[in-house]
Amino acid sequence: MKRTIELNGNRYEMPAEVGNVEELLSHLELAERIVIVELNRDILAKDAYDKPINDRDQIEIIHFVGGG
Amino acid sequence: MLTIGNKTFNSRLLLGTGKYPSFDVQKETVRVSESEILTFAVRRMNIFEPSQPNFLEQLDLSNYTLLPNTAGAKTAEEAVRIAKLAKASGLCDMVKVEIIGCDRSLLPDPIETLRATEMLLDEGFIVLPYTSDDVVLARRLCEMGVHAIMPGASPIGSGRGILNPLNLSFIIEQSNVPVIIDAGIGSPKDAAYAMELGADGVLLNTAVSEAGDPVKMACAMKLAIEAGRLGYEAGRMPERDYAVASSPMEGLVTN
Repeated sequence: MKRTIELNGNRYEMPAEVGNVEELLSHLELAERIVIVELNRDILAKDAYDKPINDRDQIEIIHFVGGG
Repeated sequence: MLTIGNKTFNSRLLLGTGKYPSFDVQKETVRVSESEILTFAVRRMNIFEPSQPNFLEQLDLSNYTLLPNTAGAKTAEEAVRIAKLAKASGLCDMVKVEIIGCDRSLLPDPIETLRATEMLLDEGFIVLPYTSDDVVLARRLCEMGVHAIMPGASPIGSGRGILNPLNLSFIIEQSNVPVIIDAGIGSPKDAAYAMELGADGVLLNTAVSEAGDPVKMACAMKLAIEAGRLGYEAGRMPERDYAVASSPMEGLVTN
């Protein structure tokens, strides 16, 4: 089934092989990076990365950048 | 020693991590500064260019305490959201409340800052609000139970130094938590002055990152903060209106 999500504010077609957040991070080559994930505006704890991603979910991938 | 919450630091220089000419320069700047607290911003990742290097990921995080800011927030609720995101990294429990109330001057919104501070304290954060140099606001924040208070010297990135030393000295005098002068520091003399006023620390970014030689300036700031602190602890001589000779007036060899 085709799933379209909103990923960091952009429309994103989910690849068929990606089922959950952990797999999405791997697919985006972010598995080893320091990131924080929000799913539908709720912060997702790291032990909840196996949560399946559904059609029309909203996902934000956040990180730290330089700042004062 | 500088104590914030349950953590103790040898360095009184808190360093921002924005706008350095390169990661190599930044790494050397951080090293030379001997800072133990580094500020960061929290942002949406550019996921379609994940190979972009990230400074934080290049640091040995066992050597540093991260102080994420809430820059970008315009309301208390937005600031709390950003703070919670930062904490969810598992890397930090401190937060610099930064809620801008004026796009041109980047001066903080005192009302939203107060509200966010209360909410974040309730959530158990170690809270360091960036505020204006308003004495009463600073007192209200202290009474609320903040872990440090961070009044600005002058607008962020302006490099204009300390515009209201009297207010800052009132804030320092009345505060029962560390006072860190944040924003507006332009040169080592400003940093030394802040410390001579009795500040517990200085937070700066642009003064170093935009310096001709950031590494050398980081060293200068470190020394200025140490010198200012020593001078404060030593207690300066009183100021007078007229001269007082340093050499004895007895035994003059002139007529």
